[in-house]
Amino acid sequence: MTVPDDAPAQTGNPQMISIARRQRLQDMFFHRVTQAFSLLVLVALLGIIVSLFINAWPAFQKFGLRFIWYVEWDIINEEFGAAIAIVGTLASAAIALLIAVPLAFGIALFLTETCPVWLRRPLGTAIELLAAVPSIIYGMFGLFVFAPLYADYFQVPVQKVMGGMPLIGFLFGGSTNGIGILAAGIVLAFMVLPFVAAVMRDVFEIVPPILRESAYGLGCTTWEVVRYVVLPYTQKGVIGGVMLGMGRALGETMAVTFVIGNANRMPTSLFSPGTSIASTLANEFGEAADFHISALFALGFLLFVITFVVLGLAKWMIVRAEKAKGI
Amino acid sequence: MEFNQSLYRKRRSANAIGLTLSMASMALGLAVLLWILFVLLSNGLAAVDLNMFTQDTPAPGTEGGGLRNAIVGSLMMLGFTVLFSTPIGILAGIYLSEYGDTSKTAEVTRFVTDIMLSAPSIVLGLFVYAIAVATVGGFSGWAGTLALSLIAVPVIVRTTENMLRLVPGGLREAAFALGAPRWKVSTMVTLRAAKSGVMTGLLLAIARISGETAPLLFTALNNQFFNADMSKPMANLPVVIFQFAMSPYENWIRLAWAGALLITLAVLVLNILARVFFREKVAA
Repeated sequence: MTVPDDAPAQTGNPQMISIARRQRLQDMFFHRVTQAFSLLVLVALLGIIVSLFINAWPAFQKFGLRFIWYVEWDIINEEFGAAIAIVGTLASAAIALLIAVPLAFGIALFLTETCPVWLRRPLGTAIELLAAVPSIIYGMFGLFVFAPLYADYFQVPVQKVMGGMPLIGFLFGGSTNGIGILAAGIVLAFMVLPFVAAVMRDVFEIVPPILRESAYGLGCTTWEVVRYVVLPYTQKGVIGGVMLGMGRALGETMAVTFVIGNANRMPTSLFSPGTSIASTLANEFGEAADFHISALFALGFLLFVITFVVLGLAKWMIVRAEKAKGI
Repeated sequence: MEFNQSLYRKRRSANAIGLTLSMASMALGLAVLLWILFVLLSNGLAAVDLNMFTQDTPAPGTEGGGLRNAIVGSLMMLGFTVLFSTPIGILAGIYLSEYGDTSKTAEVTRFVTDIMLSAPSIVLGLFVYAIAVATVGGFSGWAGTLALSLIAVPVIVRTTENMLRLVPGGLREAAFALGAPRWKVSTMVTLRAAKSGVMTGLLLAIARISGETAPLLFTALNNQFFNADMSKPMANLPVVIFQFAMSPYENWIRLAWAGALLITLAVLVLNILARVFFREKVAA
């Protein structure tokens, strides 16, 4: 790296030395400028955390840590707690992942193992295009197309069969209007599915062919190759993909807002309407004033902290997995 | 040789079940894509006409109307976002790939960029509201641009870094051996070699932000009238779609579908363009 600077200096030609000096200055300058721009990203993150916290401070001051588990969202009496929105956020994201992860695994398996080679690229592109569809489209689709079908062909029959069962019956109570926590979870699942599937396919593809071939050579079936060779080898990437999907699902606004029902009540069943942090923000922030704004900022702060922890944990797990493998 | 038939059968059937399920999930994924496209086309095409591009969004209860102000507002904000975030993203990406192996700040920046990539976009909107809308000027196109830039920059940084890393080290070394200073190597050799990859990242960033609704809700807000002044609240397609889709008026909902079709087509075209760019690079 120092070669271009030092070589002319040794020859002692004054003109070359001055050129080398100038270039060294320019390099310094270039280094610092690019560094400054990359630090901008860092500053933005710190700015987000600090400004959210400052704006949320009145709410945190009044309710303290109790804000997190306080089950109340009363705008008129200014009694605010995040529990309802947190439950809605976590429940819809959990449902989304429960549905999306097995499906994504299936898609990745198909694209890397069973799919004819000439079909791989078009099908892979189709999945990537699904990931590119803006989330508001999923929301509209969910509200206008999915919700009516889901109400008639899923909620009604399922409630008939399961609603009366002991222990789990309460999960399927409530009105069957197509809106609710489960509906939001399903729409979210289709939104995060392509993200998770694309990551899984990419990491499945980097498995050295020789590993796969040796497993096949031992007489393994395709399923066994994927289950016992490919999956363990790509563990960290798969976890990363799932975590990425989780980050998306937790923070998603539009796909959820359309179908979750936006009710500030603690959901009692999978069919009951609820609200997530992001959809509460989207619905109420425009009309909020004074202390209400502060409470919404507190919600936003919590959402940011939750996603930060999830994504940070994902990276940490990936690094650990890498170290354990000694790669 | 002893051959365990029952074990063999069990393995075969497990294999068959697994592969069938995997094919079913692939079919489901494709079906959802086609279903969404079909719904968009059938609802959107019915609503698309010339008025959409020549008239502004209608007032509540009035007939007809179009999306002209929203389309112009979206394009203006997108344009300025690209203008601001491209140099920032590319320079930061150069730093991470060319100087980033040894420095601690680069490591932290990379981590933070990864988190910003998946950060909830509505929170970025809150942030811009706090620093730009509540303190100065109020809702404006500039605030919307700032919010969109916060989403676009991390995308550009990461793709630029990854693409620059693909450039073989021999190319850099050859340039250094000719006596080229570092900044020249980075901008005129490495960046040029990775040009189409960087373009791909740029197109993907545009595609990503053109459908973003949440960060615009309380930054650019919305505007019922035509406005090309970036310092005032600005109509934009995603927020108009959101408001109109949730409304009780039939012509509003129709316009929402038309806008949704427009946005989706734009995003898909951008994505396909990005792929073509990248493929050309691989071929070359």
